[in-house]
Amino acid sequence: MNQQDHQALQTLLKQALAPVTDTELVRDLWPEMLRKLDRQAARVPWFDWTLVALLCVVLLLFPRAIPALLYHL
Amino acid sequence: MELLERFATGDLEAFETLFRGHQKHVYAWIVRIVRDSGIAEDLTVETFWRIYRSRARFDPAGNFPAWARRIATNAALDHLRKSRRETDLPEDLACPAKADPAVQRETRQRIRQAFSQLPAKYRLVATLALLEDEPYEKIAAATGISVALVKVRVFRAVRALRKKLLSMGVEISRET
Repeated sequence: MNQQDHQALQTLLKQALAPVTDTELVRDLWPEMLRKLDRQAARVPWFDWTLVALLCVVLLLFPRAIPALLYHL
Repeated sequence: MELLERFATGDLEAFETLFRGHQKHVYAWIVRIVRDSGIAEDLTVETFWRIYRSRARFDPAGNFPAWARRIATNAALDHLRKSRRETDLPEDLACPAKADPAVQRETRQRIRQAFSQLPAKYRLVATLALLEDEPYEKIAAATGISVALVKVRVFRAVRALRKKLLSMGVEISRET
């Protein structure tokens, strides 16, 4: 494939998908950002859920560990 | 303390100042990649969320706009990866005056379809290099790869596109 082929394909591509001209942001996204920050802060990370699940399994397998755990809490 | 130093320590006011100062540039970069204003707005917020999350890794002496652009490019790339199966591209933001009426509607549709089926990493560089005429150096900085690799990806994207279009029966003449 030579430079001419490359150019021809680029031209064809530009005819089908013209460059974006409207790149102006029409609204302030800060309120949306604040909402996302709030949502993410309230979310419990997946590894915390994994730890809880692991703890439940351990307590089911070794119920005698419950008093020890309560003592340490 | 400087704005970037305050941001790096997690100061929300400093982050807001940076957000308001750079949201337009980040949006303008993303919308040219994803070509949809709604998705670009969502990805702008996602970009700044990633920026805020990795603030501790940011060097206050560094170049914030360049760092933001790189994170924005990654966010856009993630979106392209997820949306690859969608067979069409929106054209609401494209300049209609530049579209050649000689290229038939069906052919344009096929080209858009073939383009949207390219692997995301090729689609990203092809969009920026071939459609938006961005210099290779700028694309390399934004994607975190070398200029040589950008050229390779553009070449591969063109080759894959050409192959796909030929299989769809679209003639690529040198006179176009």
